[in-house]
Amino acid sequence: MKICPAFGKKDIVFLVTISILSMLIYGMILSTTKSGGEIKITIDGKAYGIYELNEDQIIPITIDGGVANTVVIQDGKASMQSATCPDGLCKKQGQISRQKQTIVCLPHKVVVEVISGKETEGLDAIAS
Amino acid sequence: MRTMNETSKKIRKITYLGLALSVALICSYIEAMIPIPIGIPGIKLGLTNVVIVGILYYSGEKDAASISFLRVLLVGFLFGNWYSIIYSLAGAALSFVVMALLKKTNQFHLISVSAAGGIAHNLGQFLVAALMVENFHILYYFPVLLIAGMLTGILIGIVGYQVLIRLPKEEV
Repeated sequence: MKICPAFGKKDIVFLVTISILSMLIYGMILSTTKSGGEIKITIDGKAYGIYELNEDQIIPITIDGGVANTVVIQDGKASMQSATCPDGLCKKQGQISRQKQTIVCLPHKVVVEVISGKETEGLDAIAS
Repeated sequence: MRTMNETSKKIRKITYLGLALSVALICSYIEAMIPIPIGIPGIKLGLTNVVIVGILYYSGEKDAASISFLRVLLVGFLFGNWYSIIYSLAGAALSFVVMALLKKTNQFHLISVSAAGGIAHNLGQFLVAALMVENFHILYYFPVLLIAGMLTGILIGIVGYQVLIRLPKEEV
């Protein structure tokens, strides 16, 4: 059994490389995504509906006749307000407003995704 | 005398693996009780990985693979469902392969192996999640997965190392 030591020089290089890599990827993603105008809701890969982000609204998502999740749009940001799934992870995923950002509810296979929409294009150029 | 030795070796092995599996199960159970504040599917503390990394270093790949597999099945049947088994299996399998390969290179130590395992575990679960909801844009979270997997992996590696140096140096 060869376990000593716990880490050496190569390990530090390895871990630092991973950290830098993930920061680079994060930066790349941030710089390529623009703020979106609409959200698209899909259930199990099938489209459920598209909603404007600049209009405050409450969107109940019904699955099999019952309200499974409720999405709220406020101040141009969408978030999952309530869900009937046991883990409730989707509620903790915060607010989304940039393109390709998603909120996922795995038990119900519900995906809320920000898409481009129309009017915000001009603002993006300034924001990014 | 020789057969006696063989038998006692076998018994020793069976006891060891049984003990390892139950520790892995307990770790999974404890982990299920710890809430993780980030609501991203796939991110976990990976406490069970202490056991898997430990076995990997203590008695080899074969034992680690079988304990990892059995643990996923048992936890799934006890606390989860088929979906959770598929997620866990994807994470556990990818994590195990990455750790075993990295260990084989003999270039890295326990911390790196464990960190890479943590990342692979998150990634495996997350890929299955992306497949299930049929939306690969959720790979947006990839950097978060990398960092989270690495940090938990390092923690698990430190704990695993502390456990390993205290275990009796006997062959099992």
